[in-house]
Amino acid sequence: MPEMNTSSLPDLIFTILFFFMIVTTMREVTLQVKLKLPKGQNSVLEKLEKKSLVSFIYIGQPTDQLAGKMGTDSRIQLNDKFAEVDEVQDYIQQERMNMSEADQPFMKVSLKCDQDTQMGIITDVKQALRKAYALKINYSAVGGE
Amino acid sequence: MAKKKRKMPGLNTSSTADISFMLLIFFLVTTSMDTDRGLARQLPPPPEENAEVKDIIVKERNILNVRMNSAGNLMLEDMDGQKFIRLEELRAIVKDFIANPKHEENKPEFHTERLPYFGDVEITKNHVISVQNDRGTPYKVYFNVQHELIAAYNELRDEISQKQFGKPYAELNEDQQKAVRDYYPQKISEAEPKNYGGKK
Repeated sequence: MPEMNTSSLPDLIFTILFFFMIVTTMREVTLQVKLKLPKGQNSVLEKLEKKSLVSFIYIGQPTDQLAGKMGTDSRIQLNDKFAEVDEVQDYIQQERMNMSEADQPFMKVSLKCDQDTQMGIITDVKQALRKAYALKINYSAVGGE
Repeated sequence: MAKKKRKMPGLNTSSTADISFMLLIFFLVTTSMDTDRGLARQLPPPPEENAEVKDIIVKERNILNVRMNSAGNLMLEDMDGQKFIRLEELRAIVKDFIANPKHEENKPEFHTERLPYFGDVEITKNHVISVQNDRGTPYKVYFNVQHELIAAYNELRDEISQKQFGKPYAELNEDQQKAVRDYYPQKISEAEPKNYGGKK
């Protein structure tokens, strides 16, 4: 009974590994807010393509670990830290500067808001976005049938 | 019987599989394959500071008001008066309002317009759906309303392109899509936010 030849097993695994390495997009920011996105239908929602053109704004209650320090009011998270409404405009400006000039008109802002947030804070952010001329926005949602 | 030793034993590679398995598992765990989806909306540009506030007068029959209160209830207001509705009813009402299939007096008026592919058609291009919400409205309710409005437009566009071209809107070419978009232009207006109460 000769042993099975397993010399090609590593190659196989490597192939799978490379596949995952290529499709992986690492999470760039760690979420500091509780985020439960609203649900929508796949036929109505649009896919967010070209991640390099998209800036994200997270809105929700601070996570349980941070609730002691930050309270439980809904907060805005830009990049890795909490921010106030008046910082949104600077953030958009910053994000715009990081893009190449050709891409700037196609800039999109994705609003990732918890579904139980009150509209007040979101309205404030939307007004700030209007002032910053970031007019293409996207309400992030979970797809489904 | 002692076996003769080989001169050059091959490198033991049996652990390569284990190592690459570990790497594989690491990437499997950190991968987020989900593509982001969302409702795409366009915000109006900011109001100019010293521009006069001009009220655009829209005929009453052309407006459908959708209001949300802080408890998340929906109220519709059109020429028939006000009524509370459930979210599930909204899409059908909005579709009926935009298309006005029975040419009713209290729904949007028709304008004859020449569109490519369609020729002269009567469309309700002056209709406006006005969305108003309170600062306390839950985001979920606001999102669902936006979702239903867009779904209503999508369904109407699909219906007309199915009738005219025999295929859904998404499969039309760019010119055809533009014609269909002109047939049912998206007119969702959001009121400038009001500050109820003193605290910002």
